[in-house]
Amino acid sequence: MTENCTELSYLNAIVEAQREEMLRDECVILLGENIEIYGCAALFDSFDEKRLRNVPISENSFTGMGVGAALTGLRPIVDLTIASFVYLAADQIINQAAKLRYMTGGQMQVPMVIRACTYYNVSNAAQHADRPYPLFMNTPGLKIIAPSTPSDMKGLMKSAIRDDDPVIVFEDTNLWGKKELVPTDPDFLIPIGKADIKREGSDVTIVSIAGCLPKVLLAAKMLEQEGISAEVIDPRTLVPLDKDTILSSVAKTGRLVVIDNSHRINSVASEIAAVVAEYGFDNLKKPIQRVTTPEVHIPYSTSLEKTLYPNETGIVATVKSIL
Amino acid sequence: MSLHKDQQLETYRRMLKIRRFEESIINSGLSGHLSIGQEAAIVGACMALRDDDYITGTHRSHGHPIGKGAKLKPLMAELLGKETGICKGRGGSMHFADNSVGIIGESAIVGGGLPLATGAGLSSQVRGTDQVSLCFFGDGASNQGTFGESLNLAAIWKLPVIFFCENNGYAISTSVAKSHGQPDIAKRADGYGLPGVIVDGQDVEAIYDATCLAVERARKGEGPSLIEAKTYRFDEHCRKLGVPIPYRSEEEVNHYTTNRDPLILYKTVLLDSGESEQQLTAIEEAVMAEVTESVTYAKESPFPDPKNIYDYMYSNPIHYPPVAQIGQSGVKRHD
Repeated sequence: MTENCTELSYLNAIVEAQREEMLRDECVILLGENIEIYGCAALFDSFDEKRLRNVPISENSFTGMGVGAALTGLRPIVDLTIASFVYLAADQIINQAAKLRYMTGGQMQVPMVIRACTYYNVSNAAQHADRPYPLFMNTPGLKIIAPSTPSDMKGLMKSAIRDDDPVIVFEDTNLWGKKELVPTDPDFLIPIGKADIKREGSDVTIVSIAGCLPKVLLAAKMLEQEGISAEVIDPRTLVPLDKDTILSSVAKTGRLVVIDNSHRINSVASEIAAVVAEYGFDNLKKPIQRVTTPEVHIPYSTSLEKTLYPNETGIVATVKSIL
Repeated sequence: MSLHKDQQLETYRRMLKIRRFEESIINSGLSGHLSIGQEAAIVGACMALRDDDYITGTHRSHGHPIGKGAKLKPLMAELLGKETGICKGRGGSMHFADNSVGIIGESAIVGGGLPLATGAGLSSQVRGTDQVSLCFFGDGASNQGTFGESLNLAAIWKLPVIFFCENNGYAISTSVAKSHGQPDIAKRADGYGLPGVIVDGQDVEAIYDATCLAVERARKGEGPSLIEAKTYRFDEHCRKLGVPIPYRSEEEVNHYTTNRDPLILYKTVLLDSGESEQQLTAIEEAVMAEVTESVTYAKESPFPDPKNIYDYMYSNPIHYPPVAQIGQSGVKRHD
C-alpha cells in the first residue's frame, strides 16, 4: 500500500488533485483570486496562464464565467477562496450553475467545481469565518462535498472535476496542515455520495460533518477509555447524502449524535436528524442530539471564539447524556 | 460587409417570424415578454454570426433563437409547457434556450447572461477556436454589477465577446433617463477599455454592419466590443402583466409604432432595392404558414408526465440502494 502512496498534506492533496486532472484533461482550467501566491502557486510550474487564470475581485462574474465555460466544453475549477465570499457569487451558483441543466431540458450541462474554504477559529471575525454548507444544500442541482482527510480530499476532488454537474468543495483551513499517506494512482477516485465509517463501534453513532472529524475521533478515544464504543461516520459528501450508511449504523447502535460546525438552525445536523427521525425512529433508544455552533456571529476575540465550535469535551458529554 | 440578396430576404424572413410568432401569442391570449419592435436589433446581430457562435439572451427570449435560425415548433411547444418543447416544458417563455443554434442560456435574472457569454468567450480562447460569443442584454442589465465585471474580465483577456445592448428605453416602467447617470450606455465601454458604438436599433442593416465589425475584431483576437442598439418595445413589458401607471406617453408609443416599425422600414428598403412586392408577399405567407403549423403542433403535443419530474436534474441518477432491512419504521422513503 505504502509503495503506491506518498505523504501529502490536506492542502497539497487539493493541489495534486488539480494537477493530475489538468494533466489528464486539457479542458480543465483554474480560475481564482491570487492563485499565483496562495495554494496553487505550485501549479504554475506545470501549466501556463492560458489555463491558470488569476482573476480580478469580481466573484459573481468570474464564477458565472466558469459556468459559461462549462456550458461550452471546458471543466473549470473556480476558486472563491474564503467561503464567506460565496454569497457574492450566489446568484450565478444558484440561478445559473444549479439550474441550467434542468431549465434547458437536459440540452446543457455544467461540469464545474467551485472551491470555498472555511476559515474559522483563527480570530478572523464574522466576515471571514462562515461555514455555509447548509445554505447550498437547500439548492437542488448542486453536489456538495466536504472532505476531512487528505486522501478523501484528493479522491473526492478528482471525482468532482470529472463530474458533469456543478460540485461545491468546502475545504477546512484548520485541516490544511494535516498529513497522511495518499494514493498516487492518477485514477484514485472516491465516489461522490459515499460515506466512510472512520471508526467502528456499537454503543452510539457519531456523524461528523466536514472539519469536525479530528475532534470527533479524539472524543471517540476518550469515550473508549470509559468503556463506551462509538461508531464514527463521515458522510464526506453532503449532497447527495449517503443516508443508508447512517441509517444502518443507527439501526445497530440505537443512538445518534451529529457534530456539525455550521450554525444550529437548518444545519447539516438538522437534516441528518430529520432523516433518521423519519426513517430510523423505531431503532432509536434515546433522542437524537446535535452538537453545533450556536446562532451567534463569529467574534474576533479568541476568548469568545474558542468556546463556540463543537469540541471533544462537549461531544463526550453529549454522548454520555444519552447512554 | 453588406448583405447579399439571399441574406437580405432571410433577414426579412426572420424578422417576420419573430413578429408573427409573437402576434400569435397575443391572439391566443397567452402571457409572455414580447420582442415586437426590437426585431431589427435581434436579427441584425444574429445575421452577423456563424452557426457555431454562441449567444446568451434575456427573459425577453423569443426573438433570440428565432433570429439565430431556430425551428418554431419546439419554441411554441415550450411556450405551452409541452414535452416536445425545446426545454421539455422545464423552461418556458422566458427561457427559449435552443442549444442547437448556439444559445447557451436565456436568463430571467437581469444581467445573469453577461458572465455566461464572457465564459463562452474564454472557452473559445482556451480551446483555440475562432467562435465568438454574443451577449444580448437590456438597458436595465447595464445597471447590474455583472455588466462592469464582465466587460472588465473580457477586456483584460481580449475575449471574443460582443456585448449587445437592446436598449428599449425602459426597465419595465423605469426609464433610462431616470436610471442611468450616462444615458448612452455605449459610452461606458471606454471606462473598461473596449470600443462602444451606438446604432439605430430599428435599422437592421446598420445593426448588421456594426455587429460584423465587432465579430471581425473578436475573431482576430482583438477583444470584446459593446454595441448599443437604441430600440423600442411596442407592447407592454409582459403580456397579461399590466403596468398600472402610464410610464410612456401615447405620442411616444405611436411615434415608434407608426414611423419606426423595423419591419415596415426594412420592407421599404427591400422594395427600393428592387425586390418585388410579390416575392415579399410569398415570404409573408410562408412565415404565416410556419407559425400556424407551430401552434397546431404545440397544441397537439403531450404535457410532460409528472412521474418524470426529476429528469434533467443531474447528469447521473441521484438515488441510493434500497433501504432493505434498515429503518424498519414502515415509513416509505422518498429520496
